[in-house]
Amino acid sequence: MKINFKLNGQKYSLDVEPYEILLEMLRDRVGVKSPKCGCNRGDCGTCTVLLNGKTVRSCLVLAIEIDGAEITTLEGLMADGKLTPLQESFLAHNSFQCGFCASGMLLSTTELLEENPAPSKEEIKETLSGNLCRCTGYTPIIEAISDQAERRNKIWVS
Amino acid sequence: MPIVHDFEYFKPAKITEALRLLSKHKGAAVFAGGTDIINEIKEGIAMPDFLIDIKGLSSLNKIQFKDGKLSIGALVTFSEILKSSVIKKRLPVFAEVARTVGSVGIRNRATMVGNICSAVPCMDSGPLLSAFDAMIIVQSLKSKRRIPIFDWFRGPRKTALKKGELVTGIEITIPKKKNAGCYAKLGRYTGEDLAQASVLVLALADHTYRVAFGSVGPVPIRARQIEELLGEEEITDILIAHAQALIPGIVTPITDIRASKEYRLQMCQVMFERALRTAVSRLAGVGPEYGINVTEQIGGVAV
Repeated sequence: MKINFKLNGQKYSLDVEPYEILLEMLRDRVGVKSPKCGCNRGDCGTCTVLLNGKTVRSCLVLAIEIDGAEITTLEGLMADGKLTPLQESFLAHNSFQCGFCASGMLLSTTELLEENPAPSKEEIKETLSGNLCRCTGYTPIIEAISDQAERRNKIWVS
Repeated sequence: MPIVHDFEYFKPAKITEALRLLSKHKGAAVFAGGTDIINEIKEGIAMPDFLIDIKGLSSLNKIQFKDGKLSIGALVTFSEILKSSVIKKRLPVFAEVARTVGSVGIRNRATMVGNICSAVPCMDSGPLLSAFDAMIIVQSLKSKRRIPIFDWFRGPRKTALKKGELVTGIEITIPKKKNAGCYAKLGRYTGEDLAQASVLVLALADHTYRVAFGSVGPVPIRARQIEELLGEEEITDILIAHAQALIPGIVTPITDIRASKEYRLQMCQVMFERALRTAVSRLAGVGPEYGINVTEQIGGVAV
């Protein structure tokens, strides 16, 4: 079946089979490599993408479902090739080692900050409970998010 | 891991069309959030010949309060329950339960109706809907029926749903009396874990109570013996101890990869007390806000 969708602002038209998984279609057919396959059952969050602005596990979405939808991956967060302030904050806090969880972490956090511009540490932890990181122990990730939220709110106030 | 099983995909735009497809194709599975069924297809547990995606049925996408009833359509996700202002105001314990399901990326897709259709014993919706005497609204080409929650669950992963039927929603009669609830869930760690044991307590203004356990039996368990014991009595330490003594005769936990049956039983007693005290204090307007994890509070919750 032919599906039409938008990926990171660009229009695509593809023929897909019903059994194709969105994650595999993005990586193997479109060549977008930021969503990773970790657990392949929705627990680890490395395959996170935004589907119409909301995070989903792309390993649990059929490609055929996204007909008419808009998908954003990490590649689509950057504007004009520049890192977002959130990405800069992750960089400044040395928040990643191997980077396998990075795209999922950034997308989940992007969704969080859009809905809740001033999250508490508990709210950040709750949001990231579906994104596993085996390198950092999470501390530098949580600090990067808190720091970025604080900076953003200061700019708004001033 | 790709899916190796081939199937046909339909996305009907009308309920009648969905029902026609369901009645025509006996090997069809209904598909909404997909967080269970996609895994089941990947693992070969489910092998449907036809997958009927109901996300085009926009009439099933509503949370409605009408005539003293709350209805939750088959497409309503846990994220939508969690964010609903009307649920927060009128039945905040629904949001408290929704908050404990999976993680954000799962809640954005997973539906409450899907949760009770999968009917795995550790589901979070089970104790909640049991405590509220929910009705499951089911439709087929020929008929429409309402199934009480106690007839719905028939065993692990087994429900009263027949071939050709579609669950369109869940309906709850809102208690007329002022009420407050509490959901206590035991996981191995905070966030994104299946329940090892769970308990939901609903306290009503006439000093009656509803108590339901999850994950400690093949289906959710409504603890009527405890409800009768507590009914219209003042909650005292002694009364709570008497109620706790009934729990071993009510729940039937098993030992599995997540916990032993002894631990589950012990925690049912601990969590029952905390959920009861929290619900009572919330009813009095002095309880902790909804969404806290009472299972984690060291030393319990003061009333």
